[in-house]
This record gives sequence, structure tokens and C-alpha cells, in this order.
Amino acid sequence: MAVHPLRLSRFNVTSLVLGLAFLYLPIVILVIYSFNASRLVTVWGGWSTRWYTEFFNDRAMLDAAWMSLRVGVVSATLATLLGTLAAIALTRGAGFRGRMLMSGMLYAPLVMPEVITGLSLLLLFVALDAGRGFVTVTIAHTTLTMCFVAVVVQSRLAGIDRSLEEAAMDLGRDPLRAFIAVTLPLIWPAIAAGWMLAFTLSLDDLVIASFTTGPGSATLPIRIYSEVRLGVKPEINAICTLIVGFIAVVIVLASLVSKLSSARGESAAPL
Amino acid sequence: MTNLTATVADPAASDAPVIAYPTPLLRIDGVTKKFGAHSAVNDLSLDIKAGEFFALLGPSGCGKTTLLRMLAGFEAPDTGKIELNGEDIAAVLPHQRPVNMMFQNYALFPHLNVRDNIGFGLKSAGLTRLGIDTRVAEMVALVKLQGLEKRRPDQLSGGQKQRVALARALARHPQLLLLDEPLAALDKKLREETQVELMALQRQLGTTFVIVTHDQEEAMTMADRIGVMNEGRLQQVATPRQLYEAPASRWIAEFVGDINIIEGGITHRDSHRLTIAGRDVGTLFAIEPRQPVGDAVICVAIRPEKIRLSRRGPATDLINSGAMNSLEGVISDVGYLGGRSLYKVKLDRGATLRVALANTARLDVDAYSIGERVAAWFAPDDCVVLVQ
Repeated sequence: MAVHPLRLSRFNVTSLVLGLAFLYLPIVILVIYSFNASRLVTVWGGWSTRWYTEFFNDRAMLDAAWMSLRVGVVSATLATLLGTLAAIALTRGAGFRGRMLMSGMLYAPLVMPEVITGLSLLLLFVALDAGRGFVTVTIAHTTLTMCFVAVVVQSRLAGIDRSLEEAAMDLGRDPLRAFIAVTLPLIWPAIAAGWMLAFTLSLDDLVIASFTTGPGSATLPIRIYSEVRLGVKPEINAICTLIVGFIAVVIVLASLVSKLSSARGESAAPL
Repeated sequence: MTNLTATVADPAASDAPVIAYPTPLLRIDGVTKKFGAHSAVNDLSLDIKAGEFFALLGPSGCGKTTLLRMLAGFEAPDTGKIELNGEDIAAVLPHQRPVNMMFQNYALFPHLNVRDNIGFGLKSAGLTRLGIDTRVAEMVALVKLQGLEKRRPDQLSGGQKQRVALARALARHPQLLLLDEPLAALDKKLREETQVELMALQRQLGTTFVIVTHDQEEAMTMADRIGVMNEGRLQQVATPRQLYEAPASRWIAEFVGDINIIEGGITHRDSHRLTIAGRDVGTLFAIEPRQPVGDAVICVAIRPEKIRLSRRGPATDLINSGAMNSLEGVISDVGYLGGRSLYKVKLDRGATLRVALANTARLDVDAYSIGERVAAWFAPDDCVVLVQ
């Protein structure tokens, strides 16, 4: 594998640096200021980890983080289940009537403004007289994220030769066992990637959560947003740094999983 | 069918007639399969004997793959019956049939290594770990894949993948092995070697093979019998030699191998010999086919290698007695193919004949060149008379 290293021209280097700076400078500043000893957000007062300590002693903030984590895990799992089933139905049931309409309808939430999704869910929950809280936010996030999972899994499924499953049936497996033995291992990286995508989307969402949550069950983004409205505390910087770190770890893990599976002879998930 | 009063079968007490001839392994009876308004397979009937190597040959879209998929159970016939060992298998699902298929693109499981691919069907059959290992080792030795058991499909060459697919399909000892264009993905040299190996393997195992191919040379080389399909119907079922030397129709004659077709009408018949006025050719003699033809417009088919060329032509008494057809013309094109050369002869009457001659000498100073006058001659026996 003696691939000649690609030489970057001066122009390429400049545009790369500018692009990366545009993307990451705000985050770098946030991370640096999270270690600021000063109470004033804009004034540097030397290095300190006191805001991290403060966060870990902030009951309300920790509750919100725990809430977000639970909502994220449950909704991502539900969305992965539903999205995968939808993707299978849409790729495998090639013949059924209204398939185009169905797939169009499945993907519409991708481009639907979140405010509309949030408002419509709020109206639904009010109409059903459902007490708003953990359950409603989780349902709302499942609604939001399942189409993303469906897209990811469907693109992977579409790349899998239908004759693989037929071969498994030909070799004595009934359709369900053929699916489990052959198709599931092949789409597994996409399902995992879909779950992680759904989880980070849920963790990140402010708009839909604020429509569908109730008193006493704020998610982390809601909590942070309401704190910031009263003025930015350096503690917020610390929390955000932790979130950035967490998401970075998840993304690195996801790419490692897909690298590992491709090293085992499967092509990587489409992400 | 069965005797309801007796639960234990007693051949002597049975009132069913004793079957003198063995039932065919596979009986396809009046099968039709439609996709929308298009009939992929149209009222097709065919018997295949146990131990036979049968090839379904036809152009793409002729319905041969649909027929194969019906045998495997992936498609159900709209009408008609498919019987295996005398039992209707229409309702039997693919995973319950004693039939295995080798897929065109091999359909190897990319996440499993060679050993697990071959053992896949054995695992579903509920064999023990030891049983699977033993059988896999047998199959690996059979297709000569020793040392590659741990490889994944993407680490194999095309020929090796083909062997894995074959071993996987044979591992369950199917009564019937279906092969869908098994050699289409291999290059010419490897394909020819594999053809020979496949035939040897089939003879060694005695398994009935049904192969689908669009490559007539492949079908001719390997198969005991060939079924030629076109537009969902079987056109002819015959041995390779019959198919080539006695095609049943003009379409088959033109589909299988190279052939000259001369249209004409019968002007005279005595005993078995026909005198034909060929269009743009002149008078021809041919032997009356076993199925007598009427006085309608017919065509005479003659294979290029059955025609001889010479500068002087055959003896005149041969021609006058009708023992030989001789047509005069000019060489209009020469194609050198190594083992043989293809000549085009523009006849004086207007038609063009293709003639194939073996290049038997290395330094052929006598070879014909463009513009040379020649006589093209062939025996009436070598002409096939076909209804238009």
C-alpha cells in the first residue's frame, strides 16, 4: 500500500485552516472559558476546574442531564426499532401499492420545521389529555428521529443483494431465520449508526422538547436555555464542554465500530 | 392414489398398476407464470430424469430463469404442476425442498468465511458441530479449496467464489441442483476448465443438474440434453448433436451455431429426395425430413462447415445425378480464425454463403483469396429442410 501522499497546495491548506477555524473556533473558545476561574464569562481569571465541581453539585442541572440521557436512550431505541422495520418494509416490499407515497411520507419529517412537529405533538397530547413529561418527550423524540434511522438503514438495505436471503432460504432457513442469519448481520452497522444518530439528535433537541415537556421534567437543553436567559454562567460552559466531549467519544466509537466491521469484510455504514 | 383401507403399503395388494418405467425425477406439467400481462413461462411441460445433466438454453428474457426460480420455490406457477419424485411441490416452501440452487452472482454470505458459507445449509439441517465439520471438509476437498477455509468471500478470486457457491449448494446432497448461469462471471479460459470439472463432478456424484445458460457452447459441451426456450416456450428438447444437426425450426437453426438459410420451394419429389428451387441460389437437392413437409415455402439450412470449396468443382456426373449440390461464385470475404477460416462466397445467382474450412496445413499456399472463382458444394444429406 505505497500510496503517494497527496501534496496540498498553499491554497488548499489555507482554505482547510479557514474552514476548520470557522467550524471549531467557537467550540474551542467555549472549552477554554469553561476552565476560567473568573465569575465573569468574558474576563480571563486564570485556570480552574471550579465550574465543573459546581455543575456536579447542581442538583437541578444533574436531574436535567439524567432526564436527557434517559429520553435519549429510550427514544433512540424505539426509533431504531420502528425505523428499521419501516426501512425493511419499504425496501423489501417493492411491489406494494403506494410505496412511493409511503416513503415520501416517512421522509417528510426530515424537512418538517421542528416548530410544526413540536406544536402538532403538543396539540395531540393535549387532545389526548396526556400528562406531559418523560413519556411525551420520549414519544416526540421517537417521532423526530425514526425517519433518520429509516434513511440510514434503508440505504444500507438497498445495497444488499436480495439473493443473499434467497440463498439462505434455499439452504434451509425459513424467511425469519434467513433474515436473522444473513441480513441482520449485514445491516447491523447501519442500525448501530442509526441508533447513535437518533440518540445525539434527541440529546440535542430543544424545540420539540420544550413543546412536549411538562413541569419538573426539563431536559438538559431546556435547562441550559433557561439558565442562559438569566445570564451566561461559566458553569454552562463546563456543561457544554462535557457534552461536546461526550458526543466526540460517541462519534469516535461509532466510526471505530464501522471500521472494525469493514475490516471484517463488510463495507462501512453509510455515515 | 393410496389405498385407504390398508395403512401399511403392500405392493402385491395394491391395485395401482406396476410402473414399468421409472418416474422422472422432475415433471413440469403445463406450467404458466405471468408477470402482469407478460407470460414469462407459457404452458411448459418437461420431464427430467434422475442423474441427468439438463441445460435450459435461451436468449435473455426467454423465461429460463423464471422456470428455474419456480423449481427452487421462489416463484409459484400460476397454473400447471411441478412434481418431484411424483409429488407436487407447488406448496413446498424453498427451505423445505430437497433442491438447492447455485446463484448467478454466487450470493455468498459476505460476513461468513468459506467454511461457514459451505456449512450454512448443514447448520440449518441440524447437523452436529462434528457432522458439519466432516461434511465441510469433504466438500472443500471435492471442489479443491483446501487451505482457504478461513477466507472471506471478498478475499477470493472469481473462480474460487464459484467453487464455494458450488460446494455450498452441494453440501446438503440435494436431489436436484439448479445452476443459474454458473460460469457467466468467469473468463473464457477458466470457464472452459470449469465446464469440464463440473461435468466430471456431476458424473461422480450422480446428482441431477439443471443449468440455465444463454451460452450455447456451454450447454452443448456439458449437457446430456438441452431444452431451447424462447418467449416462455420450449422450442425443442434434444441432445446437443440432435439440436445442432437436426434443429426443429428455423429459429433454433439460427439460434444454435452458425448456419446458411436458403429460402425456396419444392419443385419435385421422388422417394426421399426433394428438388428445390432456392431463391437466389438455383436448384438444390435435399433429403425429405422425417416429418414430411408440404408444398409450402420451405427453407434449406446448411452449416458452414458442411460446405466444401474447390476451384474446379465436383465431377459433373455427381451433380447431374443429384448426389451433390454445387454452386458457383466468387470469394467476397475471408476471415482467419486460427483453427479455421470463414469464407463468404457471393454466388452467381445472388445469394451469399458462409463456408468454414479447417486450416489443416500451416503453410497453406492453396488458401482462397478474395475475388477468386470457386465452386461451393455440399451433399443433400447435409441439408436440413425446415418449414418456414
